[in-house]
Amino acid sequence: MKIDLQALRDLVVGDAQADRSIPPTGITARLTVFVSAAMATLAVFALALSLSAGRVADRWSEELAQAATLRLPASPIQADAMLSAAINVLDTTPGIASVHVLTAEEQRALLEPWFGADLPVETLPIPQLIEIVTDDEYDQAGLQARLEAEVPGAVLDDHTRWREPLIAAASRLRAMGAVVLLLIGAAVAAMITLAVQASLAANQRVIAVLRLVGATDIYIARAFVRRFTLRAIVGAVAGAFVGLIAVMLLPNGDVAGGFLTGLGFAGAQWLWPIVIPPLSGLVAFFATRTAALSRLKEQT
Amino acid sequence: MIELEQVAYGYAGTPLFSQLSLDLAEGSFHFLTGPSGAGKTTLMRLCYADLQADRGEVRLFGQNTRALDRDGVAMMRRRIGVVHQDCQFLDHLSIAENIALPLTVAGRADEVAGNLNELLDWVGLRAQANQLPPELSGGERQRAALARAVIMSPDVILADEPTGNVDWEMSQRLLTLLAELNRMGKAILIATHDLNMIRTVKGDVNARVLRLKDGELTHAGAEL
Repeated sequence: MKIDLQALRDLVVGDAQADRSIPPTGITARLTVFVSAAMATLAVFALALSLSAGRVADRWSEELAQAATLRLPASPIQADAMLSAAINVLDTTPGIASVHVLTAEEQRALLEPWFGADLPVETLPIPQLIEIVTDDEYDQAGLQARLEAEVPGAVLDDHTRWREPLIAAASRLRAMGAVVLLLIGAAVAAMITLAVQASLAANQRVIAVLRLVGATDIYIARAFVRRFTLRAIVGAVAGAFVGLIAVMLLPNGDVAGGFLTGLGFAGAQWLWPIVIPPLSGLVAFFATRTAALSRLKEQT
Repeated sequence: MIELEQVAYGYAGTPLFSQLSLDLAEGSFHFLTGPSGAGKTTLMRLCYADLQADRGEVRLFGQNTRALDRDGVAMMRRRIGVVHQDCQFLDHLSIAENIALPLTVAGRADEVAGNLNELLDWVGLRAQANQLPPELSGGERQRAALARAVIMSPDVILADEPTGNVDWEMSQRLLTLLAELNRMGKAILIATHDLNMIRTVKGDVNARVLRLKDGELTHAGAEL
């Protein structure tokens, strides 16, 4: 799309006389501001959804990509020997940054949501879990082979099985947020187009007078463009503000990082909604200009 | 300045005229007469490119109107002042702003201050400058329309029944204003069916009378 810099300059600088040549309209103006505000609020929510999903996807991707879990078979007799052999394998394997053997308390905490707080972990044949943090030299296949040979029955889980679908879901959620933003932009453009066409139809006599005295299409269109663009921006500022307040009032994300409780913006992301009013203005500018020029051409 | 050559025009397949020719030269003064429905208003509209001829050629200041794009037509209209019987204004703007509209539309708003008061005095509307158009009488509106038509100092003035809604005294005043403009070198074309009005101008200007009837444009005899 070719951007008409002169038209943009006219929009910013304005032409008070051109603006005044079109009589003010009540209901169209209020509806444009209202719809623009509503769309801006929805855009803030969509932005929050998209950015939250992005954060979740990034966090899971970063944190879990360099982590694995080793599960030793539940064998009361050989437990210590297997643990010792596993630690030995891990200690002598390149690419293992750190190893953490989960304590009985930590394993109880993991099982607590399902079995309650008073589970006697010590008396049950529960597999021993070992958390592994890897680095760039990590060779998963090599470690797997060594464990099979030296710690039979040990299962190495690199989280791929459940990490990938979750990351894919978060990525899709992020893409969905972006699509919703695009749809909101298209809806604003459609609404502005309809409002402009209604306004042009209502002002046909005014346009006839302007043509009679030598007004060009761009002069007539400019009055509509500036008016509708400013209305869209004013509405979007109000709507974005309401949306931001609503997002701020959502519950904060906790340490567990639950997705829904973490919906919102983080850090510099709070600045993103600032772009919504100028974007609304840009959409309104092009929608009005296209609709007005097209309609004026038809009217001759 | 405005030339029509072998022009044909009709509505809904019914021809209004088929071979009409007219030449409005610089400084000329023409009356266009004819019965109602003969096509006087249509002919006027062809003269400022509000309509396109079905056949033939309409040239405004040497340019064929068919070759003009929409901006080109707008530019031509800045050189042609038009006054209608039911003069239309922007009702939300004052009379002064309406009269100044051609200048502001042309991006020459800085010239308004110099021309407007003089023009308001000329048409006797200084006291009504800040009133809205619906607050004015028919005669005042006609004079305002004339002032708007001439504020750009156009080369041609087309007036379609300019005295249709005003009393005799006011119509004489309007004609006097148009005659003054003609003496300044403007080409004038006035469509009217009022022959008495034409006779009163006799002596003031060297006007020709054209008669449009049955699709034919003829000179209506003697020079006035």
